[in-house]
Amino acid sequence: MSIATMGKDKAEAQAATKGRAVRKYTADISAVGEPWLWALGGALAIGIILIAGFLFMIFWNGVATFWPQPIHVVTLANGQMVAGEPTRESTYRVGPELLASLSPEARAEVEGNGGYADRVLYRTGNYDLYNEDFRWVSRFDVASVEAPSGFYLFERQEWGRFVGKIAGLTLDEDRKDISSLSYDEIRRHQAEARKRWDAIRYIEKSEIGRVNHYIEQERLKLRKAELRYGVDSPLYASAAAEAEPRIAELQREFAALADRAATLKAEDARYRIMLEEIGGRTKETNLSQIVRLYPANDVSGPQKIGIYLSRWGEFLGSEPREANTEGGVLPAIFGTVVMTLIMVVIVAPFGVITALYLREYATQGKLVAAVRIAVNNLAGVPSIVYGVFGVGFFAYTMGASIDQLFYPERLPSPTFGTGGILWAALTLALLTVPVVIVASEEALAAVPRSMREGSLACGASKWQTIRYVVLPRALPGVMTGLILAMARGAGEVAPLMLIGVVKLAPELPIDAFAPFIHLERSFMHLGFHIFDVGFQSRNSEAGKPMVFVTTLLLLFLIVAMNSSAIYIRNRLKRKFAVGQF
Amino acid sequence: MNAVLARKKDQAPQFEPTAYHIVETPEGAALDIQKFNLWYGEAQALFDIDMKIQKGAVTALIGPSGCGKSTLLRCLNRMNDLVDDLTITGKIMVGGEDIYRTGIDVIALRKRMGMVFQKPNPFAMSIYDNVVYPLRVDGVTNRKVLDETCERALKGSALWDEAKDRLKESALGLSGGQQQRLCIARAIASDPEVLLMDEPCSALDPIATAKIEELIDELKGHYTIVIVTHNMQQAARVSQNTAFMYLGRLIEYGNTETIFQNPKQKRTSDYVTGRFG
Ligand SMILES: Nc1ncnc2c1ncn2[C@@H]1O[C@H](COP(=O)(O)OP(=O)(O)O)[C@@H](O)[C@H]1O
Ligand SMILES: [Mg+2]
Repeated sequence: MSIATMGKDKAEAQAATKGRAVRKYTADISAVGEPWLWALGGALAIGIILIAGFLFMIFWNGVATFWPQPIHVVTLANGQMVAGEPTRESTYRVGPELLASLSPEARAEVEGNGGYADRVLYRTGNYDLYNEDFRWVSRFDVASVEAPSGFYLFERQEWGRFVGKIAGLTLDEDRKDISSLSYDEIRRHQAEARKRWDAIRYIEKSEIGRVNHYIEQERLKLRKAELRYGVDSPLYASAAAEAEPRIAELQREFAALADRAATLKAEDARYRIMLEEIGGRTKETNLSQIVRLYPANDVSGPQKIGIYLSRWGEFLGSEPREANTEGGVLPAIFGTVVMTLIMVVIVAPFGVITALYLREYATQGKLVAAVRIAVNNLAGVPSIVYGVFGVGFFAYTMGASIDQLFYPERLPSPTFGTGGILWAALTLALLTVPVVIVASEEALAAVPRSMREGSLACGASKWQTIRYVVLPRALPGVMTGLILAMARGAGEVAPLMLIGVVKLAPELPIDAFAPFIHLERSFMHLGFHIFDVGFQSRNSEAGKPMVFVTTLLLLFLIVAMNSSAIYIRNRLKRKFAVGQF
Repeated sequence: MNAVLARKKDQAPQFEPTAYHIVETPEGAALDIQKFNLWYGEAQALFDIDMKIQKGAVTALIGPSGCGKSTLLRCLNRMNDLVDDLTITGKIMVGGEDIYRTGIDVIALRKRMGMVFQKPNPFAMSIYDNVVYPLRVDGVTNRKVLDETCERALKGSALWDEAKDRLKESALGLSGGQQQRLCIARAIASDPEVLLMDEPCSALDPIATAKIEELIDELKGHYTIVIVTHNMQQAARVSQNTAFMYLGRLIEYGNTETIFQNPKQKRTSDYVTGRFG
């Protein structure tokens, strides 16, 4: 058969199959359809859409929150004016009383709409003047909407946002002419005032905090001497005599610092800004109290990007203010990461040792099987139960004993006898240890027998074999368990609420004072922060954007921690990749 | 129970007593296996093995799959201890001492016996660390001793020229044949008396196999070598003595030449001529 004819045959054969295939599919759709397969595929698709939608919603809301919005000035039908950032819109059913009070045209419009009307939520700020941050404005109430220039958004250290104009600026007791000052100049002055304010904060928080810390140390030392030797003993008297000059010295230092702070404050008070809201009421405040200001309707694109980035910077790098609804979440990031790391440090050895014992040493029998089942079931216990256990056992039992033994001088205020980062980490370690045990056991079981035999044949003991051959080989699998534990632990909030998480922690668990890591301290946590900002604050509407940003951050943090763990694991895996034959 | 066993025994093939040819043990046997029986749970895997292994010679264990060669070999350094539910009767004498005596130091025993496995099993460490592993677990930390041992062992396993420039690299980067020679180096690093090899070439290509065989030839004299092999030519090439096993029994044992050219038992001659197995 020649090549040419072969090709022809092939083409014919193809045409034939093609013809058959087409006939087959057109003939019997019900047979091809396989409804169950469609149902399964559909279920999967719905699941994927839900997850993707959820991630997209969080991502979009989180990313968009800090973008500067324009300020709209709405003139209402009654002549009143409202200025604010339009936040969202909704449709609502107009109540009968309100309907009765409307003008005839407006009523006709609403009734034409079937009794429904549109409304827009404006973020008006000025809580100190209005007693609310937001205001709904119904469409039928609106006479006109514009975005005039000259309107500023001020983010204040206290009282939240202010929307309005600058009515006056006093720099060093010198009243400035506002109209001659550009935005950049105002911002420069504001930045300088901010620097002064930061300096005051530094003195008040860090330096005075340090002095206070040492004074407290002295007091505790004295109290310890009192408890040990008795108030009347000569030893206590000598300790008190020794402490006295030191305390006096510290108090002098304290007074000097307070003086310096007062001087700076007086200086700071010479720089004032007068804010004016849309209704004409004014409010004067120190320029340093303005965290950020910008003329919302006049800023250019690049300036908007600058504002956007500076808001992210503040969010990631500073402490919260205004009941957590504004400012940053640095302490919460710090708390989350530190707590998770401590948890991993505790859970890793604990889980691995348990798994080692179960897999390598225990005689495999009914008892070990029962222990395994129990461990697996531990993973199903509701997390709040662990919280209760943590408080009852760790804090109130173990912690109280520790206080009695080691910190009697601080009683009655508890040191370890209350919730804290160590107890929280321990509680979460308990919560996640089943995951680590199961994963580690599997990893140990997967170490080839030939490796163990090779080591034993060299005259290694069982422990040496485990230490040098089995464990390194099982490490990637153990890491997988740790990664799962970390993912679970970092996102867990319920037990933490019982054992150490607070709305606002006065001090970070790691600082410059010996012993540097203060495991007894309460801490902030992003998960709890979300709950607190979103649902516990004075004004949950104002907290809403922060909920999304914080959620985004928490997700990002967990992804980041897991990715780094996965990166380490993959490097380990590569080390154990079997060579080529 | 006994009746069942007895019936099974009736149906089982009948065996004549082991046929022995003279195996020279002028300096005394390196290993003396006496009336050795072994059960995995209920199943008996070794029956009444009696065998003296010549010092400094290469002894090959041959026989069809599942006849108990590995089992016997693994008894010599008590690797079978890892198996649960193992029953043993009889003795294995090493240097005048029964290694199954209670209270014997198994770790010390294993240090006197190097073992090479069917599949190369280097650890996930550097070549150097692999070779000196037996010394490390023995507590040796002297750098000079370790270096010297590494060089000696690698030279002994004919891997030195290939590996001397990459001692710090992972052993897993070596080829299969090199890995197996590394395992031999590891087995001889602690200078054992006996080298146990369980089909050391079955995972290797012919060139690597030839190298290992050459190596075995060089090592004999220094070490008493017991090698399990499936390959009749290999047994004939490398060993001085050969033991033929079948269904857990030692069928015939003697000088390799005799076993291959002048076997007493029909089963042996059938096997070595390739008529079954
Ligand atoms: N760990 C074990 N548990 C139970 N039976 C085993 C075990 N190891 C080997 N056996 C059995 O013992 C017999 C001998 O096996 P083995 O010594 O590995 O044979 P060979 O190495 O000669 O091929 C086989 O029937 C095998 O199934
Ligand atoms: Mg075998």
